Amino acid sequence: MSDLTKLTLSEAADGLRGGEFSSRELTQAYLDRIARLDEDLHAFITLTADEALAQADAADKHLKESNPSLPLLGVPIAVKDVLAVAGMRTTCGSRILENFVPPFTGTAVKRLQEAGVVILGKTNTDEFAMGSSTENSAFGPTRNPWNQERVPGGSSGGSAAAVAGRLAAAALGTDTGGSVRQPASFCGVTGLKPSYGRVSRYGLIAYGSSLDCVGALGRSARDVAALFRVMAGYDRRDATSMEIPVPEIKLNGKVDIKGLRVGVPQEYFIAGIQPDVEQAVRVAIEQLEDLGAEIKEISLPHTEYAVPVYYLIAPAEASANLARFDGVRYGLRVESEDMIEMYKETRGAGFGSEVKRRIMLGTYALSAGYYDAYYGQAQKVRTLIQHDFEQAFESVDVIAAPVAPTTAFPVGEHSGDPLAMYLEDVFTLPANLAGVPGLAFPVGFDREKLPVGMQLMGAHFQEEMLLRTAHAFQLATDWHTRIPELT
Amino acid sequence: MSLTREEVEHIAQLARLHLSDEEKERYRKQLSSILDHVAKLQDLDTSGVSARSSVLAQRSRLREDVPGDGLSPKELLENAPAAEAGQFRVPPVLDGQAG
Repeated sequence: MSDLTKLTLSEAADGLRGGEFSSRELTQAYLDRIARLDEDLHAFITLTADEALAQADAADKHLKESNPSLPLLGVPIAVKDVLAVAGMRTTCGSRILENFVPPFTGTAVKRLQEAGVVILGKTNTDEFAMGSSTENSAFGPTRNPWNQERVPGGSSGGSAAAVAGRLAAAALGTDTGGSVRQPASFCGVTGLKPSYGRVSRYGLIAYGSSLDCVGALGRSARDVAALFRVMAGYDRRDATSMEIPVPEIKLNGKVDIKGLRVGVPQEYFIAGIQPDVEQAVRVAIEQLEDLGAEIKEISLPHTEYAVPVYYLIAPAEASANLARFDGVRYGLRVESEDMIEMYKETRGAGFGSEVKRRIMLGTYALSAGYYDAYYGQAQKVRTLIQHDFEQAFESVDVIAAPVAPTTAFPVGEHSGDPLAMYLEDVFTLPANLAGVPGLAFPVGFDREKLPVGMQLMGAHFQEEMLLRTAHAFQLATDWHTRIPELT
Repeated sequence: MSLTREEVEHIAQLARLHLSDEEKERYRKQLSSILDHVAKLQDLDTSGVSARSSVLAQRSRLREDVPGDGLSPKELLENAPAAEAGQFRVPPVLDGQAG
């Protein structure tokens, strides 16, 4: 049998339905590859091999007995370790949740399980999704499958590395400031951050609640669309989830993007962007034009303020959200005779340095005397960033831009300089601040043979347009089919 | 802008976060440099701009408050560091009531 891990999610689903192979064979092929490669890559925090094989057997039974209409029946995926899955250890990459086993499953995962997926395990992440390199995990960093001296990006770096390294057919990630798109870009895979309000966050352990989104990473826009279609939609358990119909998104055959208006924001091609990144993205935009799109220069004038706005709002929200980790209801407890001391010792011992830094920053921004100057002003500038997008989408359908100023940087490059790491997020933060969807996909390589990604952003709830555009691009190019050599 | 060590200790106290001396000094320097960077927000005139707390603030709505299925007390206590008689057990909250 040829290597089943080379199949895309859509091909694997077809093969299973056609009886070409079983879910057990497919799942075992991934488990074998994980056993061979993940000691080096460290994409997974927790592998659930026995449970995965049991799910595969159940899927096989289903496939044999009935005429299965479930779209993802028997397909093995990986789940970022910030999403609760009942009975499966969920750490958030943190010592404070090292032994936490949730008694419930979050909505996005539950919907995928109901569609028949097999879960291989939980993937590595920066602690509580705070980071851009997956180096902030308490369980050690993940390596980039294209070059193991490089980071995979973050915070969904484990999911991106698992998809790029063919350790899973696809994976779930979360994106608060770029945490799906930037690792997708660094690892040469396709990653979607849906609109705020599109996918329920019930069961996502909260970081920045006005920004957090559950997204998907796969080998193509088509694979990502298949996951998104199942996860999306209203959920009564998330008050921010919107009752807006989710389109079918059929990406089977040819897709026409003739007449699509593509905006290119001048603020995303600034000094400091790596020349190979700019070159690859410019060429990809020309390819969209060759496919019939109309290209337009646009301006998103408040882009440069996205980093300061985000690094006040997200830490402020994090400082409130992470107050729940106090040694009382779950997670680590460092015993003390005194309640307040117990809180402080538990949190001091359980959180890593980036999480502490953001809690400190957020607490400061919300504290008496500083609230208006920092948090209040950041909220107002956030409104201006939203206005930028509203204005832009009056004259274009999608916005095309780089995902990050550079390709994957070396492990350790930004350790000790948090601000330099924050500045890496400059092109992904605006979509989160505005709540609009963003899709990253590979459009080439730099001179070091590292993947370059492009990002498409759309108006609220226009994920389908992004996926269709990327699909049209992927039908005409083969960057998304490249596989890193791993031994 | 430069934070003092006392300010760092005050923030850590508000955040209920124990920090070592080394951490206090590191965060003092790093937070100062981050605050210098975010100070560029002050350059923008935002008079007349409203502060939106959510991108969906206008469209979000509350559902009916009706009882539904939830987790059982047993499930809720399964991850507790200490539990007793169906409750979370914590150190004494008030002085003089140890026991």
